[in-house]
Amino acid sequence: MQINDFVRTMQNPGGARRISRSMHVDLILFVLLFALCAFGLAVLYSAGGKDLAYVKRQLVFMVVGFALMLIVAQVSVRSLERWAFVIYGLGLLTLLAVLIFGVGAKGAQRWLDLGFTRLQPAELMKVCVPLMISAYLSKRFIPPNFKHVFWSVVMILIPTLLIVRQPDLGTAILVFMSGFLVLFLAGLRKRYIAGSGLVAIAAIPVMWLFVLRDYQKQRILTLLSPEDDTLGSGWNIIQSKTAIGSGGFEGKGWTEGTQSQLSFLPESHTDFIIAVLAEEFGLIGVLALCTLYLLVIGRCLIIATNAQSQFGRLLAGSLASIFFVYIFVNMGMVSGILPVVGAPLPMISYGGTAILTLFIGFGMLMAISREPKQMRTQF
Amino acid sequence: MIEEDAFSDPARERQIFVGRVILTSLLILALTAVLIARYFDLQINQHQDFVTQSDNNRVHLRPNPPARGVIYDRNGEILADNQSVSNLTIIRERSGDLEKLIENISALVPLSDSDVTRFYKRLKRRRPFEQTPIKFNLSEDEQAILAVNEHRLDGVKVSARLSRFYPKRDLFSHVVGYVGRINEQEISVIDPIQYSGTDSIGKVGLEKFYESSLLGNVGSEHVETNARGRVMRVLDKLDPTSGSDLMLHIDSNLQQIAFDAFAGERGALVAMDVKTGGVLAMVSAPSYDSNLFVSGISQKNYSQLLNSSDKPLFNRAIQGQYPPGSTVKPLFGLIALDNKTVSASTRIDDPGFFVMEGIDRPWRDHNSERGGHGKGVDLAKAIIESCDVFFYEMGIKTGINILSSNSSEFGLGAKTGIDLPGEAKGIMPSRIWKKENRNASWFNGDTINMSIGQGFMLSTPLQLAVMTSRIASKGKMIEPRLVKSVGGVDLLTAESSQTTDIDPKHWDYIHNSMKSVVHSARGTATSINRGLTYTMAGKTGTAQVVSISADKDYDKSKLNKRQWDHALFIAFAPFDDPQIAVGLIVENGEHGSSAAAPIARAVIDGYLQTNSDTAIASSNVLEGLNVYANQ
Repeated sequence: MQINDFVRTMQNPGGARRISRSMHVDLILFVLLFALCAFGLAVLYSAGGKDLAYVKRQLVFMVVGFALMLIVAQVSVRSLERWAFVIYGLGLLTLLAVLIFGVGAKGAQRWLDLGFTRLQPAELMKVCVPLMISAYLSKRFIPPNFKHVFWSVVMILIPTLLIVRQPDLGTAILVFMSGFLVLFLAGLRKRYIAGSGLVAIAAIPVMWLFVLRDYQKQRILTLLSPEDDTLGSGWNIIQSKTAIGSGGFEGKGWTEGTQSQLSFLPESHTDFIIAVLAEEFGLIGVLALCTLYLLVIGRCLIIATNAQSQFGRLLAGSLASIFFVYIFVNMGMVSGILPVVGAPLPMISYGGTAILTLFIGFGMLMAISREPKQMRTQF
Repeated sequence: MIEEDAFSDPARERQIFVGRVILTSLLILALTAVLIARYFDLQINQHQDFVTQSDNNRVHLRPNPPARGVIYDRNGEILADNQSVSNLTIIRERSGDLEKLIENISALVPLSDSDVTRFYKRLKRRRPFEQTPIKFNLSEDEQAILAVNEHRLDGVKVSARLSRFYPKRDLFSHVVGYVGRINEQEISVIDPIQYSGTDSIGKVGLEKFYESSLLGNVGSEHVETNARGRVMRVLDKLDPTSGSDLMLHIDSNLQQIAFDAFAGERGALVAMDVKTGGVLAMVSAPSYDSNLFVSGISQKNYSQLLNSSDKPLFNRAIQGQYPPGSTVKPLFGLIALDNKTVSASTRIDDPGFFVMEGIDRPWRDHNSERGGHGKGVDLAKAIIESCDVFFYEMGIKTGINILSSNSSEFGLGAKTGIDLPGEAKGIMPSRIWKKENRNASWFNGDTINMSIGQGFMLSTPLQLAVMTSRIASKGKMIEPRLVKSVGGVDLLTAESSQTTDIDPKHWDYIHNSMKSVVHSARGTATSINRGLTYTMAGKTGTAQVVSISADKDYDKSKLNKRQWDHALFIAFAPFDDPQIAVGLIVENGEHGSSAAAPIARAVIDGYLQTNSDTAIASSNVLEGLNVYANQ
């Protein structure tokens, strides 16, 4: 039956689908990612002031990203699981290196200068942490008991705190979330979830008094009333809301957005790029992007549920979920429902390490999607 | 124990996971709905508000200031012009920390403390997003330094503006005046729309009097600016209308001659075209450079000008009020002839003093130490030699009422109506005047003092010139005018046909007497007739600065120069067909004959030698225009 379907739908039985299968490529995910990248480049061209320089560099990152994805897709899921601890350890080392040798901008130390390019190790941790926690939990009780939850939290907190030190609160929260999501998917009991919720609430005053820096507090205050300081810290959010709102239903047209083209919108090619999209393509553009994102996430969750091993399931599921968290945090902050933290819009915002990290993640997902079945043998 | 149940059961592992994935998916859908609701709210519900906000961001209505009218002399020489200058300006809304910015700027170009304090003052009454100037007239080097660094200085702009420039510097300051920054008092009076792109306004002189003509009409343009305030494109625009140009009757060469003739003395001169009333030269010395005031004068320069004992800011020509002294004698003689209180045959004996019945104290003649002007002095001789005693007697005979009321027709004691602000009206005393101002009755002694232009009587140099013009034209009601045309349209001078009905033979008598003042050997101004190629009529005058009791001698050596008498002179020429009339004063110049008359000679020489033909030609043109206008 399966074979019959196969023959009926494909003109050439030895065609694209077979090649993609043999290359460990999930064709649907591949096409969706390709569409996202194309959309992203079009918006970036406009956001970068109709200058091809950003587009060219982003394109190079995307090509390298696709290549990296295909390479990672060839790695067996077993090896990923086996090497997870080493990869996590290397990730921690690069984070330490950033604190010691890092270069930075605007008072933060976030990059490692490799000579030919700059690396942002915190971005890499967004993959390393779920990989590590998935590997750790897949060999242990499901749902995880207290001891396993404790050690998982420790393994999540070490990189999180190192990133807070840089300081890069946005990425730290995302890294923490990526690890926490693995715990959640692994069946973390409700009492732990409720407990962690209580801890989070209790942590708010502690964070406010001891952890958050003045500019971070300012961002939270700004969220509550941006009109207090229209030319200072409120400027970004007022301008981005103006850009989004003035786009309306149909948008002002590609490269016609006055907010972005006349530089009223800050960070228009990086964290605030969704405002450019919303201004120029309107609500239609926003809905189209959300649809694409949901399709990607949906495909990833299907891969996760179909995964053959518990490790594959957890890793694929957490990568899919954290992808949504990125989107929610970014779109929420730019539209003024979340405080402004450094969080790029996945696949659309300009930024090399973020793109490469995402592709590594999708490479792992593809590897999982082609994981050999353990229960039954094919053919 | 629960953990035990869960241990290594692949089916249960998968079941738990699928349950969590379903939970996650629901959460994702819910949060996506939140996001879409938020974007829907911004993009659909609040769309119009944000469109407005976005347009307010980028579109600005910018006033397009008109170019101020240019002021020319009669030959088209520029007296007030507009020059493009570069000013350093700050847009407060874009500048961020102002103190730090000013610190950064002063590292590049020098800023004085007064630059900064005046900037803060201007900042208080600026319009939103206005470029507020902090430093004017940047040099080319400063512009270059700022251009290189402009990107680091948020909100800072070097902007080119038209600024008033007076190429003749101090030569026309009292005539043309100057423009300056609009002050708080003016801002409450002016039309804010008309002045929206203009930061200066006429303060004194013609610049003030003709402000509404010179200003022009403001234009506007909608411009699209980027976040740094840079104009990206002009969306639509309404061009401004330049202010009207003024052309004056003044000849700047003649003005220069008159100005130079004062050679460091204090005083004033007005020369008028007898045919039209056009002012040919108007000097008040010393003067000052009008350009100092254009972009705000420094406190130091201002107090220097203000506190100088020479009073350079004071326009003596229209505001200086001096006793006219003997220069009123021809007029009073004419009035007496007309009222038949004297005649051509009236003769008196002048012993050097005059005694009023009932008053012990005699009134001296100015040459009393030489025994007076002798026996048989008639009106002509009294004018030619300036005999005071004759006028004392004549004044008493004629009486204050006649002298006072008739003098007014010649422009004394009232504003002449010249097109300049701030004119003083002088004093032509009368019984009523004394009652009102001194609360005292009029005495014959007052009449005696007044009959030689002393006592209460005061007049401005302009009034003397108007009086002289009206005498020269044999009673035409000539009115003084500085501006000949506005925006290329000639101002039609009021018909000067209205004349006093004085017997022509009296006119000839007075004219001939005044001619002899210059041309006869005994005339008080005979010293200036050497080499004269035309016939001139004139009258000298001396005005006391300190009152010296009438029976005492004036001893110059006992007084310092500031207490010396003022020297006056009035004149017109050519005698047969008068074209130019001059009235002038040299403060503390002592004698009209030696200090004042040569200046009049220089000016009339200059005018008749170089401008005679054109003067006649232009008066013909004007007459032609009048005919045209009357049709």
